[in-house]
Amino acid sequence: MTSPLSLHAGDIALASLLLVVDAALSIALRLRFHRALIVASVRMAVQLVAVGYLLRYVFAEHSPWLTAVLVLAMSLVAVREVAVRPVRRLRGGNVVVALPHVLGVVLITACFALLTAIRPQPWYDPRYAIPLVGILLGSILNAASIALAGVLDNVRHQRDAIEAQLMLGATFRTAGAPLLRRSIRAAMVPVINQMAAAGVITLPGTMTGQLLAGADPVDAVKYQILLLILLTGASCLAAVGTAYGAMARLHDDRMRLRLDRLG
Amino acid sequence: MSLFVEGLRSVHAGPFSFEVPTGQCLAITGASGSGKTLLLRMLADLDPHEGAVSFEGVERASLPAAEWRRRAGLVPARSGWWADNVSDHFPAGADATYRRLAAELFLPERLFERPIEEASTGERQRLALIRALVAEPRLLLLDEPTASLDPASTRAVETVISRRMAGGATVIWVTHDAAQAARVGDHALKMQIGGVLTA
Repeated sequence: MTSPLSLHAGDIALASLLLVVDAALSIALRLRFHRALIVASVRMAVQLVAVGYLLRYVFAEHSPWLTAVLVLAMSLVAVREVAVRPVRRLRGGNVVVALPHVLGVVLITACFALLTAIRPQPWYDPRYAIPLVGILLGSILNAASIALAGVLDNVRHQRDAIEAQLMLGATFRTAGAPLLRRSIRAAMVPVINQMAAAGVITLPGTMTGQLLAGADPVDAVKYQILLLILLTGASCLAAVGTAYGAMARLHDDRMRLRLDRLG
Repeated sequence: MSLFVEGLRSVHAGPFSFEVPTGQCLAITGASGSGKTLLLRMLADLDPHEGAVSFEGVERASLPAAEWRRRAGLVPARSGWWADNVSDHFPAGADATYRRLAAELFLPERLFERPIEEASTGERQRLALIRALVAEPRLLLLDEPTASLDPASTRAVETVISRRMAGGATVIWVTHDAAQAARVGDHALKMQIGGVLTA
């Protein structure tokens, strides 16, 4: 196994010459993205350096409480992202639907992986738990927000179709099924694409990182397969939970479609 | 054993109270936007509202919503479609029934194998009526069922509905056409602007 090549600040500064070229192009061709580019790249650097030091501290502490607080904070940011993604808002807030499913799914899949497949000592070791939660939340965020937007942003157009079935005596479960299924299927597309393309069209990020850090390719692949399985499982649970949760808010005990609950 | 409607009201229309004897037709006329559609939607329990309905001796509140809507079939003015082909919207076992009704309403046989987007407004209106009739509701709530139809098809719809009434079905028929209201209705009420029913 080769030792990882360590990066110095000077190396990164050299690489950032590429960003300077981008900005110069933006100015020369009046593409007008150079301001956004500079702001975004400064944000990226500051955020990542801050996270690096934060993680160094958390990893050294080995405190289950500190790990739990960080996991909770990351999950709440993901919940907020899921809630703001749809154009439509439920009365009472999309957070009501997003919170239990994002938090529930990330905790279930992370604990499942840590206790069965990865098995670090102790099982809540932040060096494993936090990166795992982070990558799971990324996929859960994608799946849950597509599913939630699929239901909330399309239900108005589907009103006649849903109510036509209700008028014929169908239950809300039957009448809402086409919209529900379509939303969940759309939410599963990114993660299924990711699996299908893995290794052929793209090298997944985690694996690339491990290879650059000097890991053996076959070891890196094993980790990547485990991760993709976990991400797919988590995405599916999050999409199904969020879509059903949104549909549940859109009907009442007399099986009426309640678009008045949608802002 | 009639349809009893008592104090039916929502934030937008009502209160409405009236009675229709079983097997008869109440025709409701009135300007567009006066609340006729809202009344039918309340009767079918599709919008939140107050008030009580009983039909053929059964309180609506004592039935599950889906069971009530099987008894009280609403045919809306703007019909909804949830599948790709016309025939997908009809129950699998009822082939003979809906094809016979389609023939009576001058709908071409091959229409059932076509995508729903190819059906015209008038065809969809008749298809939606047939779809409701196949379920054999005891109470028919019709919202302008002949609005986009030519005179011959209009007469055909009126004949089909009167046959259902002879079979014991009760009908509430919303129409903007006073002559049609006089033809089909055993009773007539007029919806005034602001959602008040008068004789």
